[in-house]
Amino acid sequence: MRAPDRNKILLQVEGVSLAFGGVKALTNVSFDIIKGEIRAIIGPNGAGKTSMLNVINGFYHPDHGAIAFKGLTRARMQPFEASRGGIARTFQNVALFKGMSALDNIMAGRTLKMRRGLVWQMLRYGPALAEEIEHRHRVEEIIDFLEIEAIRKVPVARLPYGLQKRVELGRALAMEPDLLLLDEPMAGMNLEEKEDMSRFIIDVNLHYGTTIALIEHDMAVVMDLSDRVVVLDHGVKIADGTPDEVKRNKGVVDAYLGVPH
Amino acid sequence: MIALGQFLEVLIGGLMTGVLYSLVALGFVLIFKASGVFNFAQGAMVLLAGLALVRSLDLLVARDFALWVAIILGIGFAAVVMAITAWLIERFAVGPLVNQDGLTLFMSTIGVTFVLEGAAQMIFGSDVYPLRLFPTDVWLLFESHFPGGILVSKLDVWGALIAGILVAGLAIFFQGTKTGRALRAVADDHLAAQSVGIPISWIWFVVWLAAGLVALVAATVWGTKLGVQFSITFLALKALPVLIIGGLTSVPGAIVGGLIVGAGEKIAEVFLGPHIGGGIEYWFAYVLALAVLLVRPQGLFGERIIERI
Repeated sequence: MRAPDRNKILLQVEGVSLAFGGVKALTNVSFDIIKGEIRAIIGPNGAGKTSMLNVINGFYHPDHGAIAFKGLTRARMQPFEASRGGIARTFQNVALFKGMSALDNIMAGRTLKMRRGLVWQMLRYGPALAEEIEHRHRVEEIIDFLEIEAIRKVPVARLPYGLQKRVELGRALAMEPDLLLLDEPMAGMNLEEKEDMSRFIIDVNLHYGTTIALIEHDMAVVMDLSDRVVVLDHGVKIADGTPDEVKRNKGVVDAYLGVPH
Repeated sequence: MIALGQFLEVLIGGLMTGVLYSLVALGFVLIFKASGVFNFAQGAMVLLAGLALVRSLDLLVARDFALWVAIILGIGFAAVVMAITAWLIERFAVGPLVNQDGLTLFMSTIGVTFVLEGAAQMIFGSDVYPLRLFPTDVWLLFESHFPGGILVSKLDVWGALIAGILVAGLAIFFQGTKTGRALRAVADDHLAAQSVGIPISWIWFVVWLAAGLVALVAATVWGTKLGVQFSITFLALKALPVLIIGGLTSVPGAIVGGLIVGAGEKIAEVFLGPHIGGGIEYWFAYVLALAVLLVRPQGLFGERIIERI
């Protein structure tokens, strides 16, 4: 795996706190994501991992603290601003456009990249047509890459779960993101599907140079894939470091075994 | 023995009326496709658009504007009114409900209905206002073949023509443009749509604007036929069986559904009515819709309901 450049911080989470009523989802969490690395966020159920992703891509606004992405600090960011800035994501429970084909789903990921006006697109003429074809090319590349050629015209609701997750990854890739957030990309998969998905994640990181932040429960996968791991428990960061460092951390072991605080 | 000429006349008349039903049904389909919301307010939007158009026309004509200038300005004014309405609805009624259940959004459109009906009549008045945008006389076709010929209303032909153009435009819009794709995406999943960079508030504004403009088109035709008045909102009720038959998510379905309802109820009224006492026209469409529901719950053209268990 390529060594990430320590000097290039892509995303900085600075003292983020988030509460829903009386429930503290995140308390003063800080960590950074370096350009080019695979960063895992782990922790027991309810640790605040998904909340953290939701803060990063603008679904939630932190009560305190801020997110700096590419050096630009923002306290309140709308989801479409995050994606415009180059953040793409997948969801814990697959969130695809169910009525549309796999191809259309991935094309939807290109929405932000398409520039031609509505009138031209409706006339399907000239520059707009050329643009549509060009984007279709990019989408076909992604379809090849993820090995889902055979299902491109199938409405995604009919696909098995593992393939749906792949299409969802494809949609995120279509955005050509700088930062890709994966929320449990391997949940509910069998061993073979997990191996495929791991391969895709590593390839994305290597070939496209995409920085990846992922939440995953399968520790073997996390330790294999990631360059650095941040551990959350009850909304508090309890460890941050390389997989080996984290594995040896007593607090982490306690959190997973449920030792009372 | 039923005369062929009479049958054709009833059939054509029914089909044409059906196209006009489709015009109203289209507004429902648009919003449903793009937000997964059944828009109860479509009938009220037709009333609002019609009133805005007819009242501004009257005013302009009274000020001695040339008729064609008045028509252009009047339609422009009505379009602006529908745009403002779309913005207000997005901002205050459905916008705050992003990520909520379809039923919640449906309830809020019921509220929108009452506000629109009240506001439209408060601002523009509540009488019956005649609108004369299209010719209302008739053609008599094939007089040499059939005694008396076949009677076809010119207004109905205009309506059919406009509906055809509208449907072609909407079909391309939904299938072939990125905005159309974004609309379908928003209908399926708000969160996922936001995550790929689709700004929901903008998309919803576009949808409500499109539905408002379709309402305006429906208002021009229906307003010419019946006069612009409160009862135009009841058209929404006739659009229901059209939607059920055609399928809630299909633009072509709205058209075919409209044709079936229009032709079906007229033929039933004329040829079946005398045998069972008449008045069939008022309920025939609903019985037809019920039959379709039993056989194909998603309608003739609706998206198949797929459920993985």
